[in-house]
Amino acid sequence: MNQPTRRNAAAPVNARADDTLDRRGFLTQGIKVAGAALAGGAVAPAFAAEPIGKGFPAWATTMGKPLNTYGQPSRFEEPVKRYASSGYGTLAPGTGSARAPLEKLEGVITPNGLHYERSHNGVPDIDPAKHQLLIHGLVKRPLTFSIAELSRYPMVSRICFLECAGNSAANAIAPEPPQASAGGVHGLVSCADWTGIPLALLLDEAGVDPAGKWLLAEGADSAAMSRSVPLTKAYDDALIALYQNGERLRPENGYPVRLLLPGWQGNMSVKWLSRIKVTDGPTHTKDETSKYTNPLPDGKARQFTFELGVKSVITRPSATMTMHGAGLYEISGLAWSGAGRISRVEVSLDGGASWRDAALQGQALPKSLVRFRLPWDWNGAPALLQSRAIDEKGNVQQTRKMYKAENAVDGRFHNNSIVTWSVSADGSVKNVYV
Amino acid sequence: MFTFKPVGVALATATLLAACATQMNDTVVPARGPGLGRVATAQEIRAADISIPPSGEGLPAGGGDAKQGAQVYATQCQACHGEKGMGKPADALVGGIGSLATPKPVRTVGSFWPYATTLFDYTRRAMPLQNPKSLTDDEVYAVSAYVLYLNGIIAENAQMNAQTLPQVKMPNRDGFIDYSKK
Repeated sequence: MNQPTRRNAAAPVNARADDTLDRRGFLTQGIKVAGAALAGGAVAPAFAAEPIGKGFPAWATTMGKPLNTYGQPSRFEEPVKRYASSGYGTLAPGTGSARAPLEKLEGVITPNGLHYERSHNGVPDIDPAKHQLLIHGLVKRPLTFSIAELSRYPMVSRICFLECAGNSAANAIAPEPPQASAGGVHGLVSCADWTGIPLALLLDEAGVDPAGKWLLAEGADSAAMSRSVPLTKAYDDALIALYQNGERLRPENGYPVRLLLPGWQGNMSVKWLSRIKVTDGPTHTKDETSKYTNPLPDGKARQFTFELGVKSVITRPSATMTMHGAGLYEISGLAWSGAGRISRVEVSLDGGASWRDAALQGQALPKSLVRFRLPWDWNGAPALLQSRAIDEKGNVQQTRKMYKAENAVDGRFHNNSIVTWSVSADGSVKNVYV
Repeated sequence: MFTFKPVGVALATATLLAACATQMNDTVVPARGPGLGRVATAQEIRAADISIPPSGEGLPAGGGDAKQGAQVYATQCQACHGEKGMGKPADALVGGIGSLATPKPVRTVGSFWPYATTLFDYTRRAMPLQNPKSLTDDEVYAVSAYVLYLNGIIAENAQMNAQTLPQVKMPNRDGFIDYSKK
């Protein structure tokens, strides 16, 4: 799993002098090639089968394991795990984050056990039979709902990403580029098929007072995480989510109920949701003042910077992987935007000097991860791989230099800047700043 | 703000929001629910409502000063936030006033937080980490007073209570730019 998909290309596909694929060639043949390269993963060295003719392996000559009631990944996939880090060690082992191993995943849906987690004082063990959601404040009828009652409401499903506003922070503030994997640095983003009740339905039932302009959302965890949300978002696309990829929410993602605010700072999608208070203004909680604000070089800070910027990252190849010799590889990555759909992803092989379009896989859903792919016939020379996403509103992913110029020296939130992977002639891939 | 928009790309946000009211991810949103919410009692709401906005609305009775707060701090806070709020292993609470526009900004309660009410709110709901919601309201007022005193924002004998806490002018009160409508 620690190497990009590779296939020995029998015939070069539209290789140019720089040994890369031109855009026109890609448009005509790229999809086919991408498919071939993907299938080629099965013959990559790490997955090499036993030579044929030595008889049947044990799993073909003995009975398989009995049926089980909740499936788990193969034991051989045991290394595919979240990257957990707690800033306070044994003092508060539940305070911190666990990042999705982006470089070991494909497609756009993050498996529930690998969806990123950010918790502010551990994961509560909530009994759904004893959990209530209270809606009060500037409403005509303050209401409380049990999980059983909520489960009877009409629901909608939507695929959308969640991203922590602190994702990629290390790439913003570390003086030297951190040599961790794509997921290790950028894995505070994940994507799931969420199902829940439109928040607007519950607010309408309570009857919002015309003076109500914001709401305060609060969790039942021991940090009682709380954030202020403008009511316009509540009536736009906010969900009271109960299901994640078809099953009930995982505990670390808010079981039994969480707020879901597509495209906005993950921290605002309050987990373990127990209270919504309709207010006339923001409450200015700790996590919307001292944290999750964006300090500027002049000492001021932007507050209530909700929407996540347009962003992308190449997941294969990426730092800590090794390329095994020249030949055809597939560049594969993820793009997303809090503003809507991704309309285009460009890839550079020369550190941003020139760009070509990558293919977007399937339908690009609004506020969802989208997979992009580009075949790359690597000639073995050093290369600087970058991806740059553009969304339907015309937002273009910015460079790291732009981010640094715009933010205070310790600014780390909303780092949506372009990521650069440096491929050396020896095949090693490193994280670099350009 | 975190991105740049090419010239010529304009966005009618208001129109877009209106258009999205019944459409979500191309899915039609149901018009109404079954009406199963139970009316919450005033007592239930009082017990649950612990959030304190800058106006101080909802602050409980009681109070405390920095001297009393020093005692609370020593037993409940110092192990993580260091002597006199200097930090380590957890965030520093004290210092850094005037540093925000320098090449080495130090962001603490004193230098960065815009409202003293947030200090009360957060301490009461989430601190100490190993035993959150265990402090009495008097203890939260007192330890808030101690942190404000250490930052030179209030006097050592200043009583913090429902009337005085919202009146405290934090040094960085005007340091934030509201992007909620941008």
